[in-house]
Amino acid sequence: MKVYVPSALRSYTGQRDEVEASGASLDELLRELDQRYPGFRFRIIDEQGSIRPHIKIFVNHDQVRDLTGRLRAEDEVSILLALSGG
Amino acid sequence: MSKPDSSNDNTSVVPTNHKPKPDKGPLALLIATRKGAFILRGGKNRGKWKLSEPIFLGQMVHHMVQDPRDPQTILMGCRTGHLGPTIFRSNDFGKTWTEAQTPPAFPKAPEGEQGRVVDHVFWLTPGHATESGVWWAGSSPQGLFRSEDGGSTWEGVSGFNDHPMRDAWVGGLGDGTPDGPKMHSILIDPRDPNHMYIGMSGGGVFESTDRGADWKPLNKGCVADFLPIPDPEYGHDPHCVRLHPLMPDRLYQQNHCGIYRLERDEGVWSRIGDNMPRKVGDIGFPMVLHPRDPDTVWVFPMDGTTVWPRTSPDGKPAAYVTHDAGQTWKRLDKGLPRKHAWLTVQRQAMTADSHEPVGIYFGTTNGDVWGSTNEGKKWDCLTRHLPHVYAVEVAEHLK
Repeated sequence: MKVYVPSALRSYTGQRDEVEASGASLDELLRELDQRYPGFRFRIIDEQGSIRPHIKIFVNHDQVRDLTGRLRAEDEVSILLALSGG
Repeated sequence: MSKPDSSNDNTSVVPTNHKPKPDKGPLALLIATRKGAFILRGGKNRGKWKLSEPIFLGQMVHHMVQDPRDPQTILMGCRTGHLGPTIFRSNDFGKTWTEAQTPPAFPKAPEGEQGRVVDHVFWLTPGHATESGVWWAGSSPQGLFRSEDGGSTWEGVSGFNDHPMRDAWVGGLGDGTPDGPKMHSILIDPRDPNHMYIGMSGGGVFESTDRGADWKPLNKGCVADFLPIPDPEYGHDPHCVRLHPLMPDRLYQQNHCGIYRLERDEGVWSRIGDNMPRKVGDIGFPMVLHPRDPDTVWVFPMDGTTVWPRTSPDGKPAAYVTHDAGQTWKRLDKGLPRKHAWLTVQRQAMTADSHEPVGIYFGTTNGDVWGSTNEGKKWDCLTRHLPHVYAVEVAEHLK
């Protein structure tokens, strides 16, 4: 499935803003991405398995907070940087 | 309070043939800022300074440290406002960088329990001179981590992170700096790699004699006036702790509650900041030791009155130096702004080189870096308009 990569993570993906990945869940998908792009996952998912506070992940148009939900091959995953200032 | 004799104590002084010679070669300042890192290279005789392009512009770099065992190697701890913490390593003095394969992280908590999360890697210390590739890291919230492969993979030091007293020692998340509670000042005894000290804000100073497998508080005599207990065993707020490599049984600390010195055979911290001018006080963050004279120490006082402005007292910045282990202090402000300069210098943002005379350098939260090539007698602004400076470290023995 298609994964949208925000600017802050493109140093991991060779500057690509969109990559293809697979996985039955978001957890699996992010682990696969981490295999290909080492370090990618830990920058957005902490050691307790939670999405970091200023990262948002959407599957299609729905924000996801739990990595275990099922994914379908036609889903689109967007990793976004939450608003912040300063 | 008597000044200990640093010349005759054979039990604590490393033999004089270990005394380092002054470095004469080129040096650089490794500047870690809230929005990237910079390398400021000194020219001949520490004259013309040349600033690098930003390194990882926008990343919050808390510490950038040279490996004295391999001077081309630098490690930096960083994160961004959005992305989690990591460590980068350069083997070519900042030209290229490689990210740690396994950055410092706490273990995953059992189901149903709340686990700790590393917010940022605050402090980096190269391991003992005999232990090539060993590095130590201190995190926010307080955690201790070790790498044995030059900073690529990191493991938590269970002897501290899982110590049954750890939570009591460090208090809650609110018991720290405005930027989060921190472990810092990871000090390795040059005589024994198993003998270590750490400082924690909050928590206090702690000692391990078994490479971090167990820890004991070391705060006797140190005030913690923000606690209701008169002489607490732990819970203090050391801002910066230093151990002199030529006299490893002497520690100094700039604490939230003053400037202190500890002689290990005495076992009680003495408030040498009582000898500072009363109008200036003895509050501050950094503390810098002379590389060849254990009696000479520099501090950079901050206003710790009322609501703790943490700015230069009265808007008149100055360093202070002692040459007698804290009995007397001398103001060093020549070249610094005379007034209306509300500078803040954070705990990692002041350092010394090993030249003769010693160079002293500090960075400010408003992005200036100042230096003195004559031990503080006169200051010059080396570069300005950087982001908020978190840390300044010297790198020497460069190619």
